[in-house]
Order: sequence, then C-alpha cells, then structure tokens
Amino acid sequence: MTKSILLVGVGGQGTILASKILTTGLMEAGYDVKMSEIHGMSQRGGSVSSQVRYGEMVYSPVIEKGAADIVVAFEKMEALRALDYLKEDGTLVVNNEEIASMSVITGDEEYPSDILEEIGKHVKEKAVDATKLARDLGNEKAANIILLGTIIKAMGLEEINWDAILEANIKPKFVELNKKALKVGMGAV
Amino acid sequence: MKRLMTGDEAIARGAYEAGVRHASAYPGTPSTEILENLATYDEIYAEWAPNEKVAMESAIGAAIAGIRSIVSMKHVGVNVAADPLFTWAYMGVNAGNVLITADEPGMYSSQNEQDNRNYAKAAKLAMFEPADSQECIDMVKAAYELSESYDTPVMIRMTTRVCHSKSIVEIQDRVEVEPKTWEKNPAKYVCLPAIARNLRVKLEERLQKLAEYSETSPFNKVEMGDTSIGIIASGICYYYAKEVFGEKASYLKLGFTNPMPKNLIKDFCNKMDKVYILEENDPFIEEFVERLGVTCEFHGKDIFPPYGEMTPDVIRKAVDGTGLKTIDFDRSKLINRAPTFCAGCPHRGLFYRLGKRKDIMISGDIGCYTLAAGKPYNAMDSTVCMGASFSIGHGAQRAFNMIGSGKRVVTVLGDSTFFHTGINSLINTVYNKSNTVNIILDNRITGMTGHQNNPGTGFTAKNEETTLIQIEDVVKAIGVKHVKVIDPNNLQEVDAALDECLALDEPSVIITRWPCVLKKFSQADKAEFENLFKTKNKVDEEKCIGCKLCLKAGCPAMSYDKSEKKVRINRAQCVGCDVCTQVCPKEAIVKED
Repeated sequence: MTKSILLVGVGGQGTILASKILTTGLMEAGYDVKMSEIHGMSQRGGSVSSQVRYGEMVYSPVIEKGAADIVVAFEKMEALRALDYLKEDGTLVVNNEEIASMSVITGDEEYPSDILEEIGKHVKEKAVDATKLARDLGNEKAANIILLGTIIKAMGLEEINWDAILEANIKPKFVELNKKALKVGMGAV
Repeated sequence: MKRLMTGDEAIARGAYEAGVRHASAYPGTPSTEILENLATYDEIYAEWAPNEKVAMESAIGAAIAGIRSIVSMKHVGVNVAADPLFTWAYMGVNAGNVLITADEPGMYSSQNEQDNRNYAKAAKLAMFEPADSQECIDMVKAAYELSESYDTPVMIRMTTRVCHSKSIVEIQDRVEVEPKTWEKNPAKYVCLPAIARNLRVKLEERLQKLAEYSETSPFNKVEMGDTSIGIIASGICYYYAKEVFGEKASYLKLGFTNPMPKNLIKDFCNKMDKVYILEENDPFIEEFVERLGVTCEFHGKDIFPPYGEMTPDVIRKAVDGTGLKTIDFDRSKLINRAPTFCAGCPHRGLFYRLGKRKDIMISGDIGCYTLAAGKPYNAMDSTVCMGASFSIGHGAQRAFNMIGSGKRVVTVLGDSTFFHTGINSLINTVYNKSNTVNIILDNRITGMTGHQNNPGTGFTAKNEETTLIQIEDVVKAIGVKHVKVIDPNNLQEVDAALDECLALDEPSVIITRWPCVLKKFSQADKAEFENLFKTKNKVDEEKCIGCKLCLKAGCPAMSYDKSEKKVRINRAQCVGCDVCTQVCPKEAIVKED
C-alpha cells in the first residue's frame, strides 16, 4: 500500500531538506519512493510543499486531495490550506508558528487568531512548538528536523538508521544538533 | 548503483553516460537544473548562452563539428530557438544532438502553457516523452543512438512534474564516444534553396523510417489487462492513469510520440471496448487517433481538460465525476500567501517609487521583478516575454505620442534579460528615435531561476572567470546618450533619475546596480558595494507613531504590533537596505549600534 506524506510551509523553512532526508532514508530502507516539489516563484516567501510517496511500487509522485496519510505543516496557515489533502482519518502535525504573509504585513488582510480552533473542529491535530524546541536546542533552523522526527514517529519508521542518513546529508558541524532535533521531534508526538 | 534523482538531474546523468561533451542552455523553470547538473561533470563543456537561439546554435555547431551535444530550455525558450531548429531538422546531424524542452502544464512559473510537442511535429523531429527519472536517463541515451543512426535532431519533451519529481534510478558508467569527422559538405550543411529542396525530400524519407521505428520502439509498449477500458497515455499521465485505474485497464504507454506508431495504436484500440487518451495540454495523440478511424469508443479532450495537469483527481473527476472524500473547512479563514520581494531585494526601492508616478505606463518583463505588478507596488502594466519590455514600451510610446495623450512609458527588465533579447529591442528604440525611459535592474546575477551566471557577472557556467560585459558600455555603444547608473536602495537617487529621464525627448537608460540579496558575492561585488547587507536596522519605539507608512514598502522583515501600536523589524531577516528608513516620516528607523 502506497503511503503519502505532505510537508507544507513557507519558503525558507527547510521543507526541502527535511523531505530530502526522509526520501533518502525510505530509499535505503528498500521502498520505492517518489517525491514532488514545485520550485520557482514559490521560493520568494510563498507557500511551499513537498509531496512524498513510498511503498512497494509508487505510480504518481503527486498526492491527491483527500489522500495524505500525514500532513506536517511548518506553519499554521499552511496547515489549514493543506487540510484538503488530508485523509479523513489522517494525521495532522502543526508547528505552532505564525508567519505573516505580505497581505498581512501591508494590512490588506488580517491573520486569523483562531486557526488552530478551526482545524480542531475537523481533525484532532497535534500541535508542536518545533520552532521554540529548536531554539532551546540552540538553533531555530533545526525546526525542520524536529518536524521530520514527528513524521518518523507517526509513520512508524523508527527502524531506519536516520543518524547515518543525517551524517551523509548534513554539514558536519550541524550533524549533532540535527540528531538531537530528530529525537526531540520523535518524542513530541 | 541506485540514486534518487529529479528528472532534470537524470537528463544530465543520461547525457553524461551517453558520452555527451557539449552542453548549452539558457536558464528557465523547470529546465534550469539540467545545465547546472551537466556543468558538474568534468568531461562535459557546459555553458550558459545569452538566449535559447544562441544555445541551440552552439549545440548545432558542436554536433556538426563531430561531438555529441545537448541543449535545454523551458517551453517558451523553444520559441526563441525555433528559427535554427526548423532548418537544423532538414540538415540532420553529424554527431548526435538532443534538444530538451521543459513544458509547464499548470504554469507554475511561466507566462503560458504551450504544448511543445507541436514543435516536434511542425519541425519534423523525432520526439520522446519520459514519465519518470529512469526514463529520462534511458531516453536520452536512446536519443543519441537514434539521432546518429537516423541522422536527425531529437527532442525530449519534459513537463514540470517530470523535471522536478524525484524517483529512483540506476546509474551506470559513462561510455566515451569517438568524435565524428567533420568534412566540408555544403550539400548537407548549407541550406541554400536548391540544397534545401533536396533535404526537404530526404526529411520525408527519414520521417517514414522513424515511423517504422516508432512501431517497434521499446518505449511504446502495451500492457494487456482488462479490455473494457484501454488507456493511451504519454509522459507522466501514464503514472497518473495507473494510480486511478490500476489493474482494471489495459495500457498503451507512448514514450516515443513523433512520428506516432500508427499500427500499434490501431491494434490496441481495436481490442478495447472504450479508450481514454490521457495527455497534458493539447490533443496531440488524440487528433492522430481520430484520423486513424478506429472502431472503438474513445475519449480525450471531450471529457479531460486541455489545460493544467492531468493529475489523478482530474482524471477521476472527468471519468465518473467522483473524487476522494475531503475535509470541509471554513475557507474564509485562509489568507493569501503570494511570493514577494525578499528582505533587502534591490528591486524594492525602485518599484516603491516607480509605482507612485502618475501618467506613466510601465512595460515590464520576465524575472523576479514581475512581482512588482502586485500589491503594494502596482508598478507593472504589461509583461509578455523575455526582452519585450523595451520594444513593447517603444511601440506604446510611439502610439501615445501620436495620439498626443502626454503619457510616458517606462520600461523595466533585468540584467540577464537585457543580454537575452533586450539588446535588440534597445537598438530599435534608439534607431527609431523613441523617448522611452528604459530601466535595467542590474542585480549582478540571473535571480529568478536561482542564481546562474550571465555575461554581466564575469563568470561562466562552470564558475571560471571570463570577460565581464558591462551593461553601460553596451548601452552607450548602441547610441543611448543619457545613461545613469544608480543605487536603487537610495530613494532620492531613484526619484532624481526618473525626473531627469522623464523630462527628455530622447531615449534614456537607468541602470539600478545593486546585487541580489541571495547572491553568493564575488570578490568584485565585495569591492564594489560597501557594507553589503552587513548592517541591521531597528525601530526607535519613542519615535515610531505606528503610522504604518513603512509597511507599504512591502518588506517581509517588517510587521505591526497591534497591542503596542508600533512597527517591528525581524532581526533575523533584516539586512539593512535602508529603504524603510527613508520611507519613515519620523526618522524612527535607525541602524543598530
């Protein structure tokens, strides 16, 4: 059975690195893997998403609406935007982080204060303070690996040697930080 | 060895394994990473050409001279390269030559959605359509064999999902290919009318042979299953169809689609009760099937949309009106998150001021700066294609002058776009005595596509130092008498330059020179630009009156604290460009100590 993981966030939050590590681990564990990302305009502060699918034999690299086993949102508004993609009984992990879009900065729109409440009406979300937890580890940028940890836990992928994958894909001076971040993430959900 | 690769990486890998030695391209989403990856192989000479026509010609030259060459571009780039392409098809190759076109169903980063398979048909080229990364490798390698054995350029049509999706590939060693000898052969390489007439006949003979290849090509294959539904699909649509129909259908997967395999298609259709033709954009396969006069019921664009991606949800909806169940939520709570200029983007100051001018038309171009069309700048009135800003502006200014409307035209393009085709347009402006104000946003790199070198950066695709072509020297050589080079972060300089140039009855050029904030700065950048993004600004809370004027400059590092009624600057994002400092009427934004 093919599994679908959707990572959503805002350009610059590190969704691409998180999905790279995830897909590398899945491949080395012997799964067929496909991943889809849309580059281009989205890099400049726009919404970004990485779609990861794995199983015995994966056909489409794209996740259909209503088909994601897990959605991990690096930002609250992006969690709401991605609700369309979540299976009815799927898992939703939300980083409790708010990033204002340009329309909010210029005052054309207001960032709603009750995003988590709106999400909570429909699914039992797991809110994680990944950005704060990463800051506690000493580097806010490790939030992406904390969130990766939540995926590994939720999808039951703990058996894979993630430390080795981190060592092979991350600059040496950040490896220890990210190993810690992954463990924090796995314990956060 | 197994690797996870994007389609773009896989094309480069395939070309490497096939012994390719010459690569030329112009950046454009989603094709850019092909040349970036080709440039990492020592055995391959790889270059950024100033535009796609030049890239195509460079690859043609290498193939004529005897080495395998590849040229890659986004779909609209083929429009620019079409002139050499059509005649090149007449001539045939010497060493193998492959053109990669990266089409954009869904237009994620493009101005249109043209289906470049029509080019293969119109120019009479052999064409492949890969469905995943492994096929990218396999098809590139097959394309070189085909190119040399049938004496034809070969086109590979990619789409965004194939370019940017990762899937598992098996990589192999490179096989070196002996260069072919070049000999004088005007009957093949000089397309004079008398010669072209001969080549034209040969071209039809070649197409006949390629049609025979198409029937038995390993890339056109039938998977027999249930015959109540047959699927004919090309490119990634094959996998989308498998996702929807699984084992409940038979498949004809078309990977070689010009010329099309007539008998294979006919036989397949005649065994099916009903056939769905799944292809993105135009009814390219469908129209061919229509002409074959098959007996079964078949559906294509009568039920599937001719635009956008043919993803599984689109197929499901078209076939039986169903879709997977989704969660319903209050959509009024969604806020828009459009892309925007980065904090410290050198375009901000220019567009913030330009958008405030009345009675001007702003003729824009293709690049990050096209984002100026939106809020809060509202500073772009037209965008068509690469290099068009100057020439469309010229035509509009001529018309305004003729009508006597008094409107002035300001044109805007980037440094790489200027080298692409802007130069020709500026020649027209000068030669035909226009009085447009032409702005070149020189951010020292090709920004939008992710920082590729161009003729103005002083470095090649392989990061070797080269002659730096100064934009102001080119502009002056073309004959522009009024040329100003300004710092776009200095709003007074921006206003003064605009005032001066708008008052002229002759063409003028303003070069805004400041590097892209995301650029990896060269030694020359560090020497030329002082304090390059090294400072931080902060809000003096005593002086800030919460008027929010600074927010209208549209910087993502700024926000408004409703409870305190003060503006905040995100320290991690701020790079001290000082645009906000100049906008603030109370001098409340200051440098950190």
